[in-house]
Amino acid sequence: MIQPHDSVIVRTLGHIVIPVAQLFGVYVLVFGQYGPGGGFVGGVVIAASMIMAILIFGIGSEDSALAKKILHGDGLGLLIFAGVGGLCMIGGGQFLNYSNLGIPSLDESSQHYVGILLTQLGVAVDVAVTGVSIAVSLSFEEDEISQEEVTHD
Amino acid sequence: MTIEIPLLILLVMTAAGAILVKDLISAVLILGSYSFALALVWALLGAVDVAFVEAVVGAGLATVFFLLTLFRTTEKDTVIRRPPVPWAAILGLPLLGMLLLYGAGDLPVFGDPTSPASTHISPVYLENSVDQTRTPNVVTAVLMDYRSFDTFIETIVIFTAGIACALILRKGDK
Repeated sequence: MIQPHDSVIVRTLGHIVIPVAQLFGVYVLVFGQYGPGGGFVGGVVIAASMIMAILIFGIGSEDSALAKKILHGDGLGLLIFAGVGGLCMIGGGQFLNYSNLGIPSLDESSQHYVGILLTQLGVAVDVAVTGVSIAVSLSFEEDEISQEEVTHD
Repeated sequence: MTIEIPLLILLVMTAAGAILVKDLISAVLILGSYSFALALVWALLGAVDVAFVEAVVGAGLATVFFLLTLFRTTEKDTVIRRPPVPWAAILGLPLLGMLLLYGAGDLPVFGDPTSPASTHISPVYLENSVDQTRTPNVVTAVLMDYRSFDTFIETIVIFTAGIACALILRKGDK
């Protein structure tokens, strides 16, 4: 497991930089329809901010609690993406044809807009969870768990 | 035009340095700087979305993953011996390069408006994406609407990568 960093400078800068990075990730995700960026890049930026929290404060700390909690959401992004596609099929169209999204009082192009936004959200959640999950898997050491089990017994 | 030549030299130097250096952590960091220079090239060519992905994934996330992998191993490349280059490669690779250059002579010029790639389906996307999807960024419209099935499969690939890493590396986790 990753130990928390000792330096006060690193910890203080982490407290400042990590929220800004997360806010920037959400901005990139939402602004993807008007500028460069989108679901994939926004998800990677959010994942990078959470990996930064794990590397600075350690995985057991309260400051990286969000990164630990997000690990339970594996597959949620894929569910959002496939769910939008399924809604289009329920609405009477092809899979992922946003014209049949079935939102009342919206014309066809606005339904495409909502569909793009929702699928981008799905991609961002999937990428963010996968990035944090791979980082946690890579820093996982088998010895510590087995030692803990031995001491518990 | 003046910035392209130094950028090309920087790209070749960082790519060669990442291969040739002995210390693996240095190689990872040089690879990150290579990704950043490549992002500058994409931005220079007008592909801002690709530049963004290259900067964030290549210089950011991939570097962190490589470093985390290296911390579980040793940092010096001591086991791998690089054998001398065989004569077939020294003779064959320039021949292959000349063949590719000969083939590249028939490719359309960069930015040619009459090339098949920019006459077939690109104009349809460029003309209709704002009306059909209300999305000014055409790249997002193509990725998420016109080609959303492709993106769906890519998302499945990313999900599978995360699951596979957890299954292989987190043995014994409760």
